[in-house]
Amino acid sequence: MGTVKLYLKDFIRYRYLLYNLISRDFKLKYRRSVLGVAWSVLNPLLMCGVMVVVFGNLFQFRGEGITNYPVYLVIGQLMFTFFRESTTMAMGSVMANAMLLRKVYIPKYIFPLEKTCFGLVNYFFSFVALIIIMLITRSPLHPTVLLAVYPILTMFLFSLGVGLVLSTMAVFFRDVIHLWEVFTTILMYFSAIFYDPAQFGNLYLETLIKFNPIYWYITAFRAAVLEGQLLTFNMVIICGACSLAMLAFGLLVFKKNQDKFVLYM
Amino acid sequence: MEPIIQVNNVSMRFNLAKEKSESLKEYFLQIAHGKLKFDEFYALKNVSLTVQPGDFYGLIGLNGSGKSTLLKVISGVYKPTSGSCTVRGTIAPLIELGAGFDMDLTARENIFLNGAVLGFTPKYIKEQFDEIVEFSELHEFLDVPLKNYSSGMVARIAFAIATITKPDILIADEILSVGDFLFQQKCEERMQKLMSGGTTVILVSHSIEQIERMCNKVAWLEHGRIKMDGATDEVCDAYKQTTRDAE
Repeated sequence: MGTVKLYLKDFIRYRYLLYNLISRDFKLKYRRSVLGVAWSVLNPLLMCGVMVVVFGNLFQFRGEGITNYPVYLVIGQLMFTFFRESTTMAMGSVMANAMLLRKVYIPKYIFPLEKTCFGLVNYFFSFVALIIIMLITRSPLHPTVLLAVYPILTMFLFSLGVGLVLSTMAVFFRDVIHLWEVFTTILMYFSAIFYDPAQFGNLYLETLIKFNPIYWYITAFRAAVLEGQLLTFNMVIICGACSLAMLAFGLLVFKKNQDKFVLYM
Repeated sequence: MEPIIQVNNVSMRFNLAKEKSESLKEYFLQIAHGKLKFDEFYALKNVSLTVQPGDFYGLIGLNGSGKSTLLKVISGVYKPTSGSCTVRGTIAPLIELGAGFDMDLTARENIFLNGAVLGFTPKYIKEQFDEIVEFSELHEFLDVPLKNYSSGMVARIAFAIATITKPDILIADEILSVGDFLFQQKCEERMQKLMSGGTTVILVSHSIEQIERMCNKVAWLEHGRIKMDGATDEVCDAYKQTTRDAE
């Protein structure tokens, strides 16, 4: 128990650093742009607009079973963007702060944690875009909306776990940065963002997609917000188990290697 | 009295970057060929050092003798390859000033960021804000991004932030070589003041006069080993003797 207490004390001491780093990232992201913070909402809104037009009209990808295609698409898109952005940012975060880590003692996990939190902040801003699209398409507001907290929270923990692993790997092999970009692109097509896996009528494909945790986070979110249903047993178990397992794995990998970081940066 | 810093038989090994594999393919190729060997380099070898509370400890030695590495082991940046290092109390590291600064942020924002890097609360920084500004003499530039500052000005803020608190241990690496002589004087005064308040100081400097003037104990490092340590006069005299011989 002694070590846990020590870690907690360390974290409490540096919680303001976490806050300061997030606020720095936010300030620098929009400094010198005319619209400033409005871009946090505009960017996802425009991106989703493009996707709705492309997949909804041009490609005729629209599945028969999908009731409100724009909202269906936007939920998937925003959630996947959160995962990709936060893990990609977390991956480079330890490397990017090499100068600092070589000079003063700071708990190193603070950097991947900060980037994942920053990704979450951006994700919350993009909700305004989701609300706007829900208003335009007149989709009803279900009381189950509150249940969306569960997939968001578990996805955050899952992303943090992935970010911890990636940031560790990136210190030793820079290739990971390029590989991850390719991998997330593949993952995107297997996350059922702009289609319903059932519409292909291919059982193998459907099963394959169900091995993707991201698919479950997106599906759980859709169930709560779009369909107004309670989360199924499968959703609760899979979302929770994946996030806890990934986080535990990430912490283990990070902790085992963090003392070597300064020697490789 | 219980020592405030106890460095116990510490060795610090680095893998020199010669065969450092930066890509997966290279890494596996090297494993396959059994060539994954690093040139090992010991920056510190079996170093032991005991610092008592209230000491003003100087570290001297040529470039590459391991002075900065030792400071980083003490401040927790490096974890020693073998041996142990026990520190009792809070450390304010003045190792390469301005490490926690973001050049795109303004001085005002950086004071809060750097304060957080050192583990201060925003409330505490707010209370000390005027004093930091006063000491660094940067009143009219507070809202200018740091990238437009001169390096001397950056060092001033960094020194001011790092020394607003009353740490148990102050670690200073060549910091007094930055800034003009007036500011150097100011820094020395402040360090003396901290010391009279009970802070232990470890100072690395190439200026042997400065060490003689300020320290009560000195350790002399050579090739990662402690060659001599003890009272300032003895060590400094011996050190000066060998430098003179070398000339």
